[in-house]
Amino acid sequence: MRPSIIAIALLLLSPLAALASEEGPPLQDANIDLRDKASLQRGAKYFTNYCMGCHSLQYMRWNRMAEDIGIPDDELRTNLIFGDAKPGDLMTNALRPDDGVKWFGTAVPDLTLVTRWRTPDWVYTYLKSFYQDPTRPYGVNNLIFPKVGMPHALVNLQGLQEPVYAESHGVEAGAEPHIIGVKLTQPGSLSEEEYDNMVRDLTNFLTYVGEPIKLQRRTLGLYVLLFLGLMFIPAYFMKKEFWKDVH
Amino acid sequence: MSIESAEPTPTGFLGWVDKRFPIMRVWNEHLAEYYAPKNMGFWSFFGSLALVVLVLQILTGVWLAMSYKPAATDAFASVEYIMRDVNWGWLLRYMHSTGASFFFILVYLHMFRGLLWGSYKNPRELLWIIGVLLYLAMMATAFFGYLLPWGQMSYWGAQVIVNLFSAVPGIGESLSTWVRGDYVISDATLNRFYAFHYLIPFLIAGLVFVHIVALHRVGSTNPDGIEIKKLKDAEGRPLDGIPFHPYYTVKDTVGIVVFAAIFSAVLFFAPDFGGLFLEAPNFQPADPLKTPVHIAPVWYFTPYYAMLRAIPPIAASQFPGVVVMFAAILIMFFLPWLDRSPVRSIRYKGILSKTFLGAFVVSFVVLAYLGMQPASDLHTLLARIFTGVYFAYFLLMPIYTKLEKTKPVPERVTT
Amino acid sequence: MNTQGVDPKRRRVLVAATTAVGVIGAGFVAVPFISSLTPRARARAAGAPVEADISKLEPGALMRVKWRGQPIWVVSRTEEMLTALPTMDPRLVDPTSEVPHQPDYCKNPTRSIKPEYFVAIGICTHLGCSPTYRPEFAPEDLGAEWKGGWFCPCHGSKFDLAGRVFKGVPAPTNLWIPKHRYLNDTTILVGEDAGAA
Repeated sequence: MRPSIIAIALLLLSPLAALASEEGPPLQDANIDLRDKASLQRGAKYFTNYCMGCHSLQYMRWNRMAEDIGIPDDELRTNLIFGDAKPGDLMTNALRPDDGVKWFGTAVPDLTLVTRWRTPDWVYTYLKSFYQDPTRPYGVNNLIFPKVGMPHALVNLQGLQEPVYAESHGVEAGAEPHIIGVKLTQPGSLSEEEYDNMVRDLTNFLTYVGEPIKLQRRTLGLYVLLFLGLMFIPAYFMKKEFWKDVH
Repeated sequence: MSIESAEPTPTGFLGWVDKRFPIMRVWNEHLAEYYAPKNMGFWSFFGSLALVVLVLQILTGVWLAMSYKPAATDAFASVEYIMRDVNWGWLLRYMHSTGASFFFILVYLHMFRGLLWGSYKNPRELLWIIGVLLYLAMMATAFFGYLLPWGQMSYWGAQVIVNLFSAVPGIGESLSTWVRGDYVISDATLNRFYAFHYLIPFLIAGLVFVHIVALHRVGSTNPDGIEIKKLKDAEGRPLDGIPFHPYYTVKDTVGIVVFAAIFSAVLFFAPDFGGLFLEAPNFQPADPLKTPVHIAPVWYFTPYYAMLRAIPPIAASQFPGVVVMFAAILIMFFLPWLDRSPVRSIRYKGILSKTFLGAFVVSFVVLAYLGMQPASDLHTLLARIFTGVYFAYFLLMPIYTKLEKTKPVPERVTT
Repeated sequence: MNTQGVDPKRRRVLVAATTAVGVIGAGFVAVPFISSLTPRARARAAGAPVEADISKLEPGALMRVKWRGQPIWVVSRTEEMLTALPTMDPRLVDPTSEVPHQPDYCKNPTRSIKPEYFVAIGICTHLGCSPTYRPEFAPEDLGAEWKGGWFCPCHGSKFDLAGRVFKGVPAPTNLWIPKHRYLNDTTILVGEDAGAA
């Protein structure tokens, strides 16, 4: 039995391999809770107001989102959908890829799946990590996405941040000082805590959008495992009963 | 259920069928009176489980094919459409992706059992060869299938692997272009990979049938490596054998239930499995202009990928690395003739065989890990060492299996 | 192998129990496979009602719009056409629209919300061809009794100008009337009832 135990242990530990290639500054915990519908609703509101001008959610349908998050149909039509999209439509926007390249240097990415290929913590930290950088076209850079083409869409709410440099021990001439963090130097219209909550709601919402079925899949999984546990009982005793013949 | 000999001529519906199709003979020869060793235990589950997963993959695959669109413009979106709009589409998709990885886990464990019990030795050489062919067919299917979601990893992984063909001296470039149907991975490649991905599993199903026919001709081995057919009772039944039905059918039922629970736990709670079963970069649509930071094949290919990267270019050609990578798989065909041991099962082999087998397993796992990491000097050094160990298991086998002192093999099976 | 002391009853019970649970499990597993073939439920249903602009529809004319991939007819019925409708009753299978092929608000003699506009799904209830519009009275091929309607070229089914099926033709039932409502005097929204949001 021993080789099998080793094999199974290796298999169970193998996801750790995925962690081995982490790089960059540490990510903050986004504290995702997909059951918090109020948070998801706020996130939907923030996203359509502040982000959707440039970022589409082209795999998500308006009415599916509304139903899952608990937004009534008339609210959806009046306050969330802009333009002449119908509730059954996908959440696309009017920004053409060419315009994105022209204005930002790169096509503006669709964000439906961003939390699946980046992780929610990355998105959360990203939105909190913009800092002033006069060398960049839009005057901002980002701690965890260096030289990002995106302007800081939420700068009025968050305020201005400056980079925090590492302690230099005899820096070589011309060497770039190493940035290890950011700090808020000029407050915006939201307090730090309010901005944090807003970003958290946005990240929560985007996590939902990344996989709308997530909560139901876990619930169903529980029922499936319970059913299989139930099925195990007669199957196991049936096996034991027949194998009484074998000595 | 008793173990009397074949039922008297059946009547009724069964009788009607039996007159026209040897159903009772098939039932008896392959189930009710197919005698399998009574001590097969834990390691014998993986063959039947692999068959269950094959059926699952074909079912979910055909069902996904009803909604998937194999065109470069639509493929990625059609997968999200399956995940969101098709009723239960998300479950079909996760079953298929989880099933693919579990298929390889089960088959690797099944192959390992073969190494443990000496299942490849005379008279089971052909059985083993059919198995290696099945493994190759599985790898081809998985490779073709991985392009289909048309994500960043799909595209660039295929790009890297198909580029290997261009390492073949002389005909390389033309060969790569021929495989792709274009100068780069494109819509043409996607469509033909889809056709092959749909086809090969049915060939696998046919080969599995052949595999089982071959097995039943020679009979199953057991952890002691003893031939149970050597000792028979008065009615000609092996003393250490029990009919497959009902004993192994009920045992496999339990095995299937337990496997279903492990499978479901992953599917419903961690379908990404830490990025091993569903890789994060693949949630971005393929971008021919932007290469991901780390390109790695899916975990079940990474041991061979590590070997490929370990071999340095010789005379400015990657071809030696390609050769080594394919040799690592093709060498398996020769295993029945590399093993010169007088005994079959690792239980009775000497310390050398046990050490080399352990080292082989460790090297396979370590190479798998290395294949997932970005290249570095340390990684390359380790990969070279462990590639050496991997090949040593096979190439030195004729020597160490003959040299070592084996234990005496019992007449009758133990537990 | 020793089969003495076997309790066959216990074995039968255990086999039956395992089989029963297994069959139930198989049933559960079958659900996603079968259900995935059904149309994408909510998206299609809730989305895409279609607007029909009738401002330029001339009396006696038929316009077509597409809803859920089906042809929808909107006909502007003349006074003459409307007067003729009740006279058709004896020749019809279901003159009072007992079979529920229309919304409740169209279960009336003209099978419409407003008598002067007729909205119907333009698919023959026999085998699915789209019938031809024959508004003229007493044409040569359809006979002197014809007071306008539709003639299906595939198998000869006939419907009157309220989409009601004639006796003695292959089609069994009246034409379907889709959910619809008036957004204003010149726009009909096909696919939505007036009650729904």
